[in-house]
Amino acid sequence: MLKQIEGSHAMAEAIALCRPEVICAYPITPQTHIVEGVGELVKTGELENCEFINVESEFAALSVAIGASAAGARAYTATASQGLLFMAEAVYNAAGLGLPIVMTLGNRAIGAPINIWNDHSDAMSMRDAGWIQLFAETNQEAVDLHILAFRLAEELSMPVMVCVDGFILTHAFERVDVPDQAQVDAFLPPYDPVQVLDPENPASIGAMVGPEAFTEVRFLAHYKQQQALRLIPAFSQDFAKIFGRAAGGLLRPYRIEDAETIVVAMGSVCGTIKDVVDEMRDDGVKIGAVCIVSYRPFPVEELRQILSSAKDVVVVEKSIAVGVGGPLADNIDGALRNLDKPPKLHSAIAGLGGRPIMRASLRRLFQMAVESPWEGAHFLDLNEHVVGREIHRVRKTRRSGSTAENILRQLAMASELPPG
Amino acid sequence: MTEANTLPPDEAPQKLKYYQKGTFTVGNRLVSEDERAVQASQDRSNALTSGHRACQGCGEALGARYAIDAAMRATGADLIAVNATGCLEVFTTPYPETSWQLPWLHSLFGNAAAVATGVAAAMRVKKKNTRVVAQGGDGGTTDIGFQCLSGMFERNDDVLYICYDNEGYMNTGVQRSSATPPTARTATTPAMGPEPGNVFGTGKFVPKIAVAHNIPYVATATVADLHDLEHKVIKAMSIHGARYIQISVPCPLGWGAASCDTIKLARLAVECGLYPIFEAEHGRVTHARKIRRQVPVREYLKLQKRFAHLFRDGVDDPRILHLQAICDAHIAEYGLLSEDDELSGVPNGA
Repeated sequence: MLKQIEGSHAMAEAIALCRPEVICAYPITPQTHIVEGVGELVKTGELENCEFINVESEFAALSVAIGASAAGARAYTATASQGLLFMAEAVYNAAGLGLPIVMTLGNRAIGAPINIWNDHSDAMSMRDAGWIQLFAETNQEAVDLHILAFRLAEELSMPVMVCVDGFILTHAFERVDVPDQAQVDAFLPPYDPVQVLDPENPASIGAMVGPEAFTEVRFLAHYKQQQALRLIPAFSQDFAKIFGRAAGGLLRPYRIEDAETIVVAMGSVCGTIKDVVDEMRDDGVKIGAVCIVSYRPFPVEELRQILSSAKDVVVVEKSIAVGVGGPLADNIDGALRNLDKPPKLHSAIAGLGGRPIMRASLRRLFQMAVESPWEGAHFLDLNEHVVGREIHRVRKTRRSGSTAENILRQLAMASELPPG
Repeated sequence: MTEANTLPPDEAPQKLKYYQKGTFTVGNRLVSEDERAVQASQDRSNALTSGHRACQGCGEALGARYAIDAAMRATGADLIAVNATGCLEVFTTPYPETSWQLPWLHSLFGNAAAVATGVAAAMRVKKKNTRVVAQGGDGGTTDIGFQCLSGMFERNDDVLYICYDNEGYMNTGVQRSSATPPTARTATTPAMGPEPGNVFGTGKFVPKIAVAHNIPYVATATVADLHDLEHKVIKAMSIHGARYIQISVPCPLGWGAASCDTIKLARLAVECGLYPIFEAEHGRVTHARKIRRQVPVREYLKLQKRFAHLFRDGVDDPRILHLQAICDAHIAEYGLLSEDDELSGVPNGA
């Protein structure tokens, strides 16, 4: 049913349609509206046969989901940013135990300095934990990916994280087609756990494993994710048959035919990038884009096929692996290695801590990739004046104070200066 | 004990060995069947089988076997156990072996209470009567798992949490936990300097904190009093909501004691007043176990190398008097020597 609805509430309705049996979460911005939404549906009885557990921390939230999932209940939780880091130990644990928990991650920067706005640092911090990570571009996709996530998680017995850009998606009102129960039931069978705590058939889950088997366990986790590379497109097609539109897929190419420059990105920024691609295409620039939906598993083969014909690849990403550069760019680099004639790779870090990614800036960036490509990581719209002054000041003055506060002070002073 | 709560031998998960012992300990075959301890009966479930890798004389292994077998009987073996990281987890489940005859889940060090909450929630939503017990050592309970434990209490989740208190991080090589008694030597509170061993502090006595959460049932117990321990576990399983039992389980290795002294030490800890044994319901202490024969704390300390520095060169460290004062305070607080009605002299937690 088409609705003009807040992203978080659309997701809450979709999650409820998946019939989770245990939901537990701890509030953190910008995830709050999602759990408020499902909490309300449980309280009103609209979501039947579901326990909503209010817990004392994110660590407990995922721990409750672990217990519930191992005991045979479909379990769901949601978090963001610091919350994901606080549950980090349990994030790895849920994956290692092979429990098909679905979690929404309302992507947000990680402090310090504390910042509640959107970037992908949180998801990147857990990229190697063993969870499948799917990134939504729109709220329609966020809704669809949640339904896909439960199917995928339970088919593979492995947890899935649905990553949605905080505020940009979670708090935006958009036109969303929220499916009905019959459609979801046709797509998502009831949870049938592969391992379960059952007094009729007792098993020990989570035993201590030594060097003789640990490598094999990790290999199998990797193997299962490789299986997901096949399953995600297959389930997306199933999804299309029932819902009348494709859900996710591994990635989405946009105007890549004959493209000499291809931009790669994840999440909501893809919309803006497509607009810029359209503008530049109108000007005769051979440019296209690829929006990655499945970051884990990483669709190496598909990317190689698409990117091998390009001359330049520009990766725009909302996270930074400090001391290295862009983590997504690193993964793309890995995908391109061993190609006979790999395209030149240019990495751009953009939108950290919620800084708006403007069309004009992207256009300049893509133009630069064509005309004067750069090495290393480029920080889009970096205020070089402020950074330069801070570097200089720190060198000169011991106890120069906190960087973040100093930069804010500088900015305030700069705004007081007369123009010019 | 009702018929429904008793597992017939042929339905017990595993045939068990029959341990014949003296009248005072496990295999009391001289009393009637009804009065026998779960551990002394042929129909016990043997939920934690022999052959695990605990140290000789391990109090925790004993405590876990007594407690879980009693819980198995009380629930007709319809029970799931959740386990924190620690000795108990490590010595019972070196993959691919397991000593557990009931469904058992280990997740992390600090989250046993929350994981158990999840299992209980799943049982509720599945409309099953399967009960849940969470277990951990004192480190996993009083320190790293304390937040999850308090959350579980506050929500009154239908979980019995059992803390096996051996007063330190024994699994990692005997370091101090918040349950380590004052003056005790551990690897992180060495017997050196002007104040050797653990410092005197206010300590953290979680049973009292559990009582303050107003949960339906809180109890302390030891591996020295089998009937009392089993009675408390069975009683706890007759109640729904959050329950907490803390069992004193001496650790021969960590305490520097003889393996054969485990039960004796557990008994002495109670008889000197250092480890008060009581029950509380809904925030009020309802029963405290009287001391039969009060012993000076010195007698308890002398048997353990972790207190050896208190008796250096044949001179008693004056801090022994402080420890005695703690014992005396417990005795007064819980009325452990009073000859009056059991409830008199017992403070009301509320």
